[in-house]
Amino acid sequence: MSRTLYDLIGLAAGVAFILALKGLSHPKTARRGNLIGAFGASLATIVVFFYANPGSSLPLNNLGWILGAIAIGLAIGVPAARKVQMTQMPQLVALFNGVGGGAAALVAIVEYLHLGAEATTAEVIFTVFTVIVGCVSFSGSIITFMKLQELMTTRPVIFPAGRFIIAATLVSVIGVGGWVVSALGTTPLLVLAGLSLLFGVLFVLPVGGADVPIVISLLNAFTGLTVAASGYVLDSVLLIIAGTLVGASGTILTRLMAEAMGRSLFGTLFGAFTAKPQAASDSAEVRPVRSGSPEDVAILLNYARRVVIVPGFGLAVAQAQHTVRELADLMIAKGIDVAYGIHPVAGRMPGHMNVLLAEANVPYDQLEEMDEINPTFSQTDVAIVIGANDVVNPAAENTPGCPIYGMPILKVANAANVIFLKRSMRPGFAGIENELLYDPKTMLLFGDAKASLTKVVSALKAL
Amino acid sequence: MEPMAIVSIFVLAVFVGFEVVSKVSSTLHTPLMSGANAIHGVILVGAIIVADHSSTNLELGLAVTAIVLATINMVGGFVVTDRMLEMFKGKKK
Repeated sequence: MSRTLYDLIGLAAGVAFILALKGLSHPKTARRGNLIGAFGASLATIVVFFYANPGSSLPLNNLGWILGAIAIGLAIGVPAARKVQMTQMPQLVALFNGVGGGAAALVAIVEYLHLGAEATTAEVIFTVFTVIVGCVSFSGSIITFMKLQELMTTRPVIFPAGRFIIAATLVSVIGVGGWVVSALGTTPLLVLAGLSLLFGVLFVLPVGGADVPIVISLLNAFTGLTVAASGYVLDSVLLIIAGTLVGASGTILTRLMAEAMGRSLFGTLFGAFTAKPQAASDSAEVRPVRSGSPEDVAILLNYARRVVIVPGFGLAVAQAQHTVRELADLMIAKGIDVAYGIHPVAGRMPGHMNVLLAEANVPYDQLEEMDEINPTFSQTDVAIVIGANDVVNPAAENTPGCPIYGMPILKVANAANVIFLKRSMRPGFAGIENELLYDPKTMLLFGDAKASLTKVVSALKAL
Repeated sequence: MEPMAIVSIFVLAVFVGFEVVSKVSSTLHTPLMSGANAIHGVILVGAIIVADHSSTNLELGLAVTAIVLATINMVGGFVVTDRMLEMFKGKKK
């Protein structure tokens, strides 16, 4: 195969990766996008067997070793991805990212050993970069995996003088990197790899459990950049394109995730440098919640089979009864099973919600009392709580001594997803913190109920 | 390759990467991260290239390890992303 044809196929794979990322950004095309990405990656892998790189001939040298190693990779990767529980997916992604970073670092080391003194300064600089970042990504991802798998504490691990140790490690990494560039040699490169692995561990240890997904996304972007740098050393346009795409989109995605979780990206990343020994153990830490946009809510609703609407005082205040009916009618038209769960004391008076919804001509058979609706939450995909709080607060069931303990509640916590439409994080009428707001399956949409519902309705129509 | 050509490819790819994901629903954050993660598994191509021209046992051993790891990253990544996206498939009639 000629070099031109080989490069053209590589370019086609690069285009497939762009289409894959584009597809993955929209719910309708996400699955197809992933398949296009898999196609591009397979194409690139198959083609490399038919192109003799400089200094080699066809078939490739060590072909048996190469095919055997791929078979082992398949035998490990496919069952792991197939069998993993849905709840354990984040840590599996972390692990996959880590081994990718490790692979990039190894590729750089082998190429460095191979080139020896023939390597140009630019090649050595890119090799050093790949080894550092690949090793950080590898060891950092292993730590995030252990945190998510609860093989170690999920709390930030902070030790005395930690930030000085971390800073000193970083300085040594950079120093040894410079040494490799100037001195050239196997020993400095291995020292560099070791120090980088250590830095990856130290970098991730001070990160608290809630911030781990953000760090995984960042390490994912890191691995992308190492792949791009390897592409330079190996003279592969495809690796440069693919790695840069992942590095750039991963950086943006990291920022979007931090925003959606209400976290400061800077605080998350440099927590390692700023964390003081005692600060993290105080209970008064700001707890993360997951907030979403009206589009996010519309997507969840669009793919649900059964949705239960739980109205509360906020619905009455916002006079949103007509809008909520519009939303319900739209979902019913899409074939979604919709019911209203009415708590006897939702609002400020018994029956408040029934009156309010009757005003908007909501068919009476869609309104279900607490005892009817509670057993059905476990078959409900989305519970959408509009301006209610205390009547769905699990504290009434599990926190003896709190003012509402013993009050029967709507068990929205049993639904697969919970959406809260709220004006703010302020607790409900009874002034009790609602643990459900911090649950990972909960999404918050902040704002006036009527304004939020109007936006959800138009987003749902657009889908 | 010409250094200038490489810099151009890099800069343009950065902007394409920014652009394609700039507006994505938080529902898709995890699958998108996982899909991007699978894409960088193409380091497998690099691992195969270095395995091909490995001349010592040390080089070959490291290269073979890299192939195993990269295959896990790439294939596992695409399979797990597809599983995450199954929820978007079951659209009722």
